[in-house]
Amino acid sequence: MAFTNEQLERYSRHIILKEIGAKGQKKLLNGKVLIIGAGGLGSPVALYLAAAGVGTIGIADADVVDLSNLQRQVIHTTADLGRKKVESAAETMRAINPDVTVNPYYQFINSSNIMELIKDYDFIIDGTDNFAAKFLINDACVMAKKPLSHAGIVRFAGQLTTVIPGVSPCYRCIFKNPPPKDAIPTCKEAGVIGAMAGVIGTLQALEAIKFLTGAGELLSGSLLTFDGLEMAFHKIKLPPRGAGCAVCSDNPTITKLIDYDQPVCELKKKD
Amino acid sequence: MKITIAGESKEVADNLTIQELIVEEKVESPLYVTVAVNEEFIERAAFDSHRLKDGDAVEFLYFMGGGR
Repeated sequence: MAFTNEQLERYSRHIILKEIGAKGQKKLLNGKVLIIGAGGLGSPVALYLAAAGVGTIGIADADVVDLSNLQRQVIHTTADLGRKKVESAAETMRAINPDVTVNPYYQFINSSNIMELIKDYDFIIDGTDNFAAKFLINDACVMAKKPLSHAGIVRFAGQLTTVIPGVSPCYRCIFKNPPPKDAIPTCKEAGVIGAMAGVIGTLQALEAIKFLTGAGELLSGSLLTFDGLEMAFHKIKLPPRGAGCAVCSDNPTITKLIDYDQPVCELKKKD
Repeated sequence: MKITIAGESKEVADNLTIQELIVEEKVESPLYVTVAVNEEFIERAAFDSHRLKDGDAVEFLYFMGGGR
């Protein structure tokens, strides 16, 4: 695949980098990234990956754009209020870069659809806002051996880690089980500074780009935390992939995906 | 004795347990924090019994559920 003149110009600042080059840019154009959640974290990820020329970008979310989203979900505009987030996000990504094939999935992930969703992608971005989804994405990615960028934000803080299944520790190595419902304040309850989604989501985009191109060192085996009030990054080195992890150890006790949220019970009642 | 917490040096009482440190540091959501000492996770059940030593490097890892 040769670059067009337009592509040479569009990606010139990438191509000039010795860590990326023409080779790396081709890897990006051939790369496939799935973003789960088209909100605070998903917005900067989608914007930067589209601009970078990641060839195929999937984006999954079953929500519509709400006025309270616009303080941080920068891929959507006031004119998008009431629209499906995945449609609004897809339109913006296509407008930024026609090289990109965008696959919008208007659905929330669950144990029955996630394996099918992630199977065609090289790298998965967790941009979700709840523990049920974060554990489900982690477990599915471990089982399907899909590299994953996990992240979370609240108030003026954020953190992220990159999980390479079978190699580096997973989310469940750090946190064994989801906390009880309402035990940990969410962004809705505790608030979040919009720019925090930008900082952490942009770091997730950077990890996806590094993974696809092979540039630098991935944030695997470490949890990077950022305190926006102190303006301090801190990298916590994680213990090696644990023998004791319920999902990613060589003898896992969790071998089936779990829906931690209530809808499962409700569905069961209806049967 | 001196330990480091999140990379910062701190003077604490000798033989402090992890549980005592959690209280002293006013750790947020103490029931759900993950604790690593010298790059090893400490089981929650051992928080009361695990005594810290001079020079230990302690990390608190917190749940952060937001993102969308």
